[in-house]
Amino acid sequence: MDKNTNNKKNFNLKKAFKQYLFFIITAVLLGLLFIFKFDAGVKAADVIAYSFKEMLLVLPPIFIIIGLLDVWIPKETMVRLMGEGSGIKGIILAFLFGTVAAGPLYAAFPIAVVFMKKHVKFSNIMILFGAWGATKIPMLLFEMSTLGFKFALLRLAINIPVIILIAYLMGIFVKKDEVEAIYKKAEKL
Amino acid sequence: MSNYIFNGAIYLAALIFLIISLVKSRQKTRQALLKAWLSFKNIIPMLLGVIFLVGLILSLLDTEIISRIIGENSGPLGVMLASLIGAVTLIPGFIAFPTAALLLEGGAGYIQIAAFVQTLMMVGVVTLPMEIKYFSKKAAILRNVISFVLSIGVAYLIGLILKIWN
Repeated sequence: MDKNTNNKKNFNLKKAFKQYLFFIITAVLLGLLFIFKFDAGVKAADVIAYSFKEMLLVLPPIFIIIGLLDVWIPKETMVRLMGEGSGIKGIILAFLFGTVAAGPLYAAFPIAVVFMKKHVKFSNIMILFGAWGATKIPMLLFEMSTLGFKFALLRLAINIPVIILIAYLMGIFVKKDEVEAIYKKAEKL
Repeated sequence: MSNYIFNGAIYLAALIFLIISLVKSRQKTRQALLKAWLSFKNIIPMLLGVIFLVGLILSLLDTEIISRIIGENSGPLGVMLASLIGAVTLIPGFIAFPTAALLLEGGAGYIQIAAFVQTLMMVGVVTLPMEIKYFSKKAAILRNVISFVLSIGVAYLIGLILKIWN
């Protein structure tokens, strides 16, 4: 009995260590930076603090919406709207989802997982990703004010077909059974 | 400014949905929040690593170095380097765009800036381990490679059109 719980504890520790390994390495590197190049260390800490704040600010509502979406929206509805055979409707919805999004691209990963659980078409998830990166409204407004109206507008106009092209190419290169394997993995995440 | 309004809007939307959900079913709401928490917990270890890595990279790459690398006369090599910088860093847009504007004033070329912004938004080398975890090695690498190549094309197109337009 005792041995069993001990084993379990060990296993959990090992798992946690493996999960946090990447973080531990970067933390050690930051420590080294502080020792050898103090100024750069301070700068790195500044950027880290900013990103951390951004993460804590942006992620909570996104995850709450993801949770609600997962529980309330039936798979059939999502399949009808954005699944296989959803056609242009699915593409437009994928663009809309990405366009009204907030936060860095990594915030889109968990959203993709929920979408995969709901059997949203792979190419539509790729479009969501592209739109998340390139055509987000808040970013676009900001881009216009800093880099100019022409630059931002041009980038938007060129990116819409490019995003569709990326989704199309991904559909060609990633075979059906590979997509199925990815979707199966998503069920477990 | 616009990001605060937008963030506020997302919070408001989450709050409204949450209240509707609560009114409809307490149990399902609890289930949803539990799922939200679990997927948040899932992403944290890697995200912490990514955030630290980005801090480390940016501490070594400052505006001065970047503008030296991707100035107007840096040519195709500059475009390539601008794309690489955009691809490996993960700078929040609210830092990236003002930096890009500064670089433009400091003599960086439009093509280089477009390449930088484009790969910054579409390609994520530091987030690649996360993307692999959520998708697959092949799909994640492929998406980033395709996005990288097309980003360079987009950058040249933007530069070309702006040259004619201006």
